[in-house]
Amino acid sequence: MGFLGPVPAMPILHETIRNLYFHVTMWMGMLILLLVNAICGIIYLSNGKWYYDVVADECARVGMVFATAGLITGMVWANYTWGAPWVNDPQLNGAAATMLLYAAYFILRGAVPDENKKARLAAVYGIFAFVMMFVFIMVLPKMTDSLHPGKGGNPGFNKYDLDSNMRSVFYPAVIGWTLLGTWMMSLRVRYRKLERIIEEQEP
Amino acid sequence: MIKKIVLPLLTLPFGALAQDNMTADVMRSNGKIYVVITVAAIVIAIAGIYMITIDRKVSRLEKRIKK
Repeated sequence: MGFLGPVPAMPILHETIRNLYFHVTMWMGMLILLLVNAICGIIYLSNGKWYYDVVADECARVGMVFATAGLITGMVWANYTWGAPWVNDPQLNGAAATMLLYAAYFILRGAVPDENKKARLAAVYGIFAFVMMFVFIMVLPKMTDSLHPGKGGNPGFNKYDLDSNMRSVFYPAVIGWTLLGTWMMSLRVRYRKLERIIEEQEP
Repeated sequence: MIKKIVLPLLTLPFGALAQDNMTADVMRSNGKIYVVITVAAIVIAIAGIYMITIDRKVSRLEKRIKK
């Protein structure tokens, strides 16, 4: 469906409109994972259970893998539709700032040696980072001019391009990538649990 | 590492050539469908590489358990 399903004919974009199924779904998956990160941060702050801290950490990690994929695919796509891999678009800079925000999250986690302190700091920072991320990639580009559809006077996909045919591929793809991200995240959480058990047993 | 290898490969050889002529290079032929294929390949490759790194971490853990 992603390659052969019917799509509306658009100038410049041509077949690359199909990238919607691969590029945009990456960012949607990242958004959902980072939302889980923020929620786990809140839960951790309220009950202080180690498990939620690990889930938050791994969510951010898998989210950043998705963001990397989204950024690279976005650069390839931009190269053939906007003429350059990196145009100074608020959406792109917002995405880059988001990656830096979460890079700082990992640095913060690495910098504090005390477990409980680290988890608390990371939870608080994660909540703030999610809010900032939302401002960077969802709010700011809408207020200024952006080449991305639906932002700053550019018509959105939903209006006439994202017809029902594309929706029938796009939404399952978002759900699929979210589930795949959740699976990766849960694998890593299980890994961390086992690692902790081993470390407790070994002197 | 991935960025360093993949990006130059993808963006350099085909860039800036024949902006107005759709069929002049591979990436812009057939309604730019190869851009879609590249993007899909990158996404699948990154997911695959990430799963392999998780697999290797688990193998290392298994070795530690055996010891």
